[in-house]
Amino acid sequence: MDALLLARLQFTLTSVFHFFFVPLTLGLSLFVAIMETAYVRTNNGMYKRLAKFWGNIFLINFAVGVVTGIVMEFQFGLNWSEYSRFVGDIFGVPLAIEALLAFFLESTFLGIWVFGWDKLPKKLHAASIWIVAVASNLSALWILIANSFMQHPVGYTMSENGVRAEMNDFGALLLNPYVWGQFPHVLSGGLTTGAFLIIAVSTYHVVRKTGPDPEPFRKSLKYGAIYGFVGTVLVTMAGHSQMQDILKHQPMKVAAAEALWESESPASLSLFTVGNEKKLEDVFSIRVPGLLSFLAFNKFEGEVKGIKELQAEYEETYGPGSYIPPIAISYWSFRLMVGAGTLMLAIAVLSLFYILRERYDFPGWISKLMLWSFLLPYLANSTGWILAEMGRQPWIVFGLLRTEDAVSPSVAVSSGEVLFSLLTFVLIYVFLTVVDIVLIRKYALAGLQPLESNERRI
Amino acid sequence: MDLQTLQTLWFILIAVLFTGFFFLEGFDYGVGILLPFIAKEDRERRAVINTIGPFWDGNEVWLITAGGAMFAAFPHWYATLFSGFYLALILMLVALIIRGVAFEFRSKSENPSWRSMWDWAIFAGSAIPAILWGVAFANIIRGVPIDQNMNYTGGFFNLLNPYALICGLTSLCIFTLHGSVFLTLKTTDEIRDKAMKAAIKVWAPATLFSFAFVAYTFGETDLFARLGINPGIVPVFSVLALGSVIFLLRKNASGWAFIMTGTAIAFSTITIFLGLFPRVMVSSLNPEWNLTIYNASSSEYTLGIMSIVALIFVPLVLVYQAWTYWVFRQRVSKDSELEY
Repeated sequence: MDALLLARLQFTLTSVFHFFFVPLTLGLSLFVAIMETAYVRTNNGMYKRLAKFWGNIFLINFAVGVVTGIVMEFQFGLNWSEYSRFVGDIFGVPLAIEALLAFFLESTFLGIWVFGWDKLPKKLHAASIWIVAVASNLSALWILIANSFMQHPVGYTMSENGVRAEMNDFGALLLNPYVWGQFPHVLSGGLTTGAFLIIAVSTYHVVRKTGPDPEPFRKSLKYGAIYGFVGTVLVTMAGHSQMQDILKHQPMKVAAAEALWESESPASLSLFTVGNEKKLEDVFSIRVPGLLSFLAFNKFEGEVKGIKELQAEYEETYGPGSYIPPIAISYWSFRLMVGAGTLMLAIAVLSLFYILRERYDFPGWISKLMLWSFLLPYLANSTGWILAEMGRQPWIVFGLLRTEDAVSPSVAVSSGEVLFSLLTFVLIYVFLTVVDIVLIRKYALAGLQPLESNERRI
Repeated sequence: MDLQTLQTLWFILIAVLFTGFFFLEGFDYGVGILLPFIAKEDRERRAVINTIGPFWDGNEVWLITAGGAMFAAFPHWYATLFSGFYLALILMLVALIIRGVAFEFRSKSENPSWRSMWDWAIFAGSAIPAILWGVAFANIIRGVPIDQNMNYTGGFFNLLNPYALICGLTSLCIFTLHGSVFLTLKTTDEIRDKAMKAAIKVWAPATLFSFAFVAYTFGETDLFARLGINPGIVPVFSVLALGSVIFLLRKNASGWAFIMTGTAIAFSTITIFLGLFPRVMVSSLNPEWNLTIYNASSSEYTLGIMSIVALIFVPLVLVYQAWTYWVFRQRVSKDSELEY
């Protein structure tokens, strides 16, 4: 295998894996903060126990998120040195700011939160988890500012000799419309991920009637379901507006996600398509007429450009070559993401239907759905990122640099070295996932710990 | 500020970040390295881990920030270094991954073999980076094969030359010394006694390797030629500080001993950066192919933006990190309430 493919596989593995853990950090930190605030306000020990319970799960998850994040930060230099040279002037800035502004806060105050239960006044202690929650989400913002430059480069000029892009407007980088389409989507995705883990774990305890007092997990379930409902509604709305945005900046991504070969006006939405990626045509397709135009422009008219026309346009702008991303991957990852989202919304509504009436005797199939629903956000998060990154191909920075020109040259990094590191990461990451799941499961099933004990042991 | 001033400023800032990182993470590594040897019983081990519990993650962010700053301010430095030292850095990443989760996972199960596995993971995850940092910086000042396109053309084993290995052992010993002195400050009773003994034991090889390294540096690099016959107060002070540690330890002056191990680490890091300036990667093939702050840096605009951000937030970080050390200033014993 060649180094480019291996480097791409490694990026897929390390980024998708990293993003298994990040959204839960985003969503759960906020929930822990809310629980602890409830404790400070009401002085009810139950909320303290809940904050600690969810906090433990948060911490086990956070540890893996942190260490896999270090790999992300250094991977650009390791495998993508030409990319780093080309965009470092711009792309490095949000990464550095993320560390300085968000990551320092997050890790320092998390240390304070974990070790400071008896050493700080209650309010200050609660404030520290709020800082962690805000800083985590802030860190996501800076990473998305960096990613958005790859999706829709703004605020730059090409250097005189044309070998790199240079920043000329920091404000434009921050106000990149792509960021503000993407950030709400990722943020609400994080909320949703946290919410469905809360729903799943709480359902287990409510249905099995673990513990002497049903109250804490009923409360958790109620808040979790509300949180999940709000999260999924927001994530859907944000995703919808993001897609309209992408249509402006990267119409090819949308065309690929829809397997839309020819331009259509009004454009139909594919429900199920089996296509031929080489001949760029349908083998079999069920489509709803006009629906894609409606999703794109909020009305049943308007042209959505198809793959063939865009390819012709790009050839004219960028020269000969293929500008078509892997269509099957884009198409199916989009459908899995949207499908998972729809299912989550349904489950949130269904569970609220019972919970808001204080009824916790769910029919078996509903409680099963709620128990396993926590997997859905993971599916949606991963496929969402796969679409975002695959749908941009063959570009690594849209319109400026192709992925094949971004990889570290073989004189510096041989394909054998990349293969070795890829296999190493596969082994370690699989091992970490197993350990992480086992530990989270153990702590989740053990339930609340007594109030007297401050130690996080079971 | 003009471009040259900004480039110099960012060279200094990256030197500061690495100095801070080695000072802080240095004792974290040291504590991790000592863990399996200094504490045998489980609660003792937990007490040792808990001395760095609230800090290690924040300390590691110094590295993340240094990496990010390198990427933003000197993209070519970042690209050449990371793609060039590829396998060494992969090894470092693996060590940091294992170490990071080990702290969190270790005490999450009562099973003794589980705990012992993670204790050794903490040991390896601390010892490997402690050596590799020495190896990496020795190679940076000694020079490595870099071609006219700023690409490293050597392999992994080019990095493992005797000079770099001596430097690796030096950093391993000094970090271990720094960590054991830190433990004498943060623990009580038996653990403290053992830490004190360990510190006295490690001091000799740390000093020995340091001298070997300094002598070797004389022959192997142009560091002394560049710094002049009188290398200035910084390297001299670094050596003196290390030398004084043993006397301070014998007098039971842990606090001063810690300041001195810290000074030795900080001043030797600064010496390396002084010797490098204005180069950031030395090419052993042709001096014209060196990476310098002038040909490896970002644009004036970018450096300007970064400077504003750094001047606001670096002091802020220093304040709240210092505050955490104040909050958790108490010594830890095996009878304390232990989180990790």
